This record gives sequence, structure tokens and C-alpha cells, in this order.
Amino acid sequence: MALSLSGVILPKLMQQRAFSVSAAVAAIQKLTRVRVVDNSALGNAHHHRPPKVIHVYTKNGIGKVGDRVLLAIKGQKKKALIVGHKMPGARMTPRFDSNNVVLIEENGNPTGTRIKAPIPTHLRKMEGEYSKLLAIAQRFV
Amino acid sequence: MAAACTSRTRQMMGLLRILRNFSQNERLLSTSVLRHNVASDGPPKFTPPSKPVIIDKTQKEASLRRFLSPEFIPPRQRTNPVKFSIERKDMIQRRKVLNIPEFYAGSILAVTMTDPHVNGNMNRFVGICIQRSGKGLGATFILRNVVDGQGVEICYELYSPRMRKIEVLKLEKRLDDNLMYLRDALPEYSTFNFDMQPVHYEITGDVPVNLLKVKMRPKPWSKRWERPKFNIKGIRFDLCLTPEMMEHAQKWAEPWRPYDMLKEYDTSSLEDHIFKEVQENLRK
Repeated sequence: MALSLSGVILPKLMQQRAFSVSAAVAAIQKLTRVRVVDNSALGNAHHHRPPKVIHVYTKNGIGKVGDRVLLAIKGQKKKALIVGHKMPGARMTPRFDSNNVVLIEENGNPTGTRIKAPIPTHLRKMEGEYSKLLAIAQRFV
Repeated sequence: MAAACTSRTRQMMGLLRILRNFSQNERLLSTSVLRHNVASDGPPKFTPPSKPVIIDKTQKEASLRRFLSPEFIPPRQRTNPVKFSIERKDMIQRRKVLNIPEFYAGSILAVTMTDPHVNGNMNRFVGICIQRSGKGLGATFILRNVVDGQGVEICYELYSPRMRKIEVLKLEKRLDDNLMYLRDALPEYSTFNFDMQPVHYEITGDVPVNLLKVKMRPKPWSKRWERPKFNIKGIRFDLCLTPEMMEHAQKWAEPWRPYDMLKEYDTSSLEDHIFKEVQENLRK
């Protein structure tokens, strides 16, 4: 339903939702619309289409928190890291109201300089790989 | 020696005689005294012994609110009741260590749990309880809050060893048992300050009910909350739906449900029994 509205000028009420919303509560897979959570220029540049996942770098095509994905943003391909999804996960871990993603380079360094949205604490397990990303995160839940 | 004995015995006999006389005389004396009394007053009034003063210490307990956590009530299943009694034992054991207060869906809680990935090992989260589910040791509750504009929900297990502290910041009930519709409501209804101070609540009397009716975001919602299956009273449907839409939703009403005898499960006697068991075991 929301796909048909993407080309139309959104009414004022819908503009309250500045991020993409998916109908089904499922983990991240191909063609899911995601919300870029850092302050990078590419992530915050307004485009007529929301950023979509085109590949998930896991054995099965399902992306959970801490998995790398390939996004299509503004006509370009960009790697990203999932930092939160709508699907309920392990019992004591947070569940977010939107599928959040942080843009990343090939070596694992984040593109932006600050992450304002809350990040789950169990992401700290990948201290070695994404230490810079965890350093720019401002809030842990 | 024999002479001493005999003299003593003679003395004893003499004493006894005197005593007997004296007793007889006493009787005579006593009867004469009574006769004297009878002449002056009526029969002697019987003064009953003073009644013992009963300090009713149980008065406070009786006026306390009777609350049995919903996870104690076993579901209607074909399992052995021994399983539920063993689980109840473990739950009571855990409750002796960790204080799990009384709370309902709609209360605001602050939960502290151990987290190896945090500096000081403790992770604190504040939120509104939107759902309490699960029976026995696997009982859970979901806390919802909006943090930095992002809605976050965490499902906590009540009896997990990782739970350190559960505080009730505001004890109240809402119009529904399940507040999942807060996901589709305006974010102001789910935002709670992390530094919120606990609000004093009474331990006697009824739990305050918050009659708040929530304003929703425009449709589509995650579930069709207007349908009678959810039986939601805490949404302002008049602001977001037309009367035609409300009537259309009534098509999914199942009016036979309250009369379905196979779905009946009366837990009142079971609740009483379990409540008494839990109270006496907690005191031990």
C-alpha cells in the first residue's frame, strides 16, 4: 500500500513518519526498506525512494542485528550494518519500531560521524570489527 | 529413741486434734459470717474474670490489596498438576531473593538487569508495561518507551537470573489488558523520562485506573484494532474512523463466544488456593 504512495506527494499526516515502514514484522531480507540512522550525507539526503536492501551477507538471506547488507541508496550501492529490526529477537534484547541501519565502508568504518538512535548493547560483542562504529554511538539500550 | 518417737507422735496427734477443732470452728465461723452477709445485702454478685484484650494485628493484612501474579494461575492443559506445583515452588524461591512487585499492563516500571556488554554490568530501562504473558517460570512482560525518537520495546523474563531490580514508578491500570496498540498510537503516549521519580501508591484499596483514550496515527496499523476480537476500549476511534468503518468492523464480531461452554475456565477457587499457598510459603 505504501509502495503506491511513494511516487505521490505525501499528505501532511503521513509526513510525520519520516522513515520507512514495512508492513510485515520480519527480519531484514532482500528488498526491505530500511532507515539509515547515522548523520552521513548519503543517508540523510532525501530521495524519492527509500533505501532498499539488495543483498544480505549471511548464509541464509535473513539479516539480524550485526549483519552486513548491501543497500541501494540514491542510485548507488553501499554497504551497511543492521543495528535494529522490527522482528522480536532474543528475550532480553530490544526490539525497535523501525529497521535501522548504519552506512559502512568496505573495511568496516562508519560513513557518518554520529549515531543518534539507540543501539542494542549486545552489538558490543563485535568490538574488534566495528569498534569505531560503537565509539560514535551515543546511546545504548 | 522409742520414747522420743512416742512423745512426738503424741504431740502430732494433739496438733491434729486442735486443727480439726479449729477447722470445725472455722466452718462454724464461716457459716456465721455468711449468715451475717445474707442479712445485709443480696446474694454475692458474681464478678466474671476480666476479658483478655485481643489486639487485632491481622486488621492491616485484611485491608491490604489481594494480588496474585497472573503467572501463578496454571493454564487449562492436559499436563500433570505436579509440574505446576514444582514450578510454583521454584517461583516462590526466586521471589524470596528478588522482590517482584505488583504491577499491571499500563504501569510504568524501571528494570535493572545484568549486562556483560555494559561498563558497570547493570543496564537500566524505564518503560510502560504493554503486555504480561507466559505462565510459570517463563512469565514475561514487555516494556515500551520512545528513546531519542525511536520506539524501543524490551521483553523481560520475570524469573530470569539476570534480573536485578524491578521498581514500579507508577502503579496504574488502563482500560485494556494488552496495550500493543501503543505501537500505532502517537509517540507521546509511549514516551517516559528515564529519570522519572516513583509516584507514591497505596497498598490498600483499588488500583487506580487511567481512563486515557489514545489518539492513533493514520491507518494502516499493525493490527486492525477496531475489530471486536481485540475488544479495545482505550483508543479514540471517533477521531480516526468513520461510523461506517466501525459498523464494517462489527462484521467480524463473534456473538456466540461468551456462551461457548468449552472455553469456560473458572479460576476463582484455584486462585484462592494458590494465593493462600503462595502467602504462607513466602512468609517461611
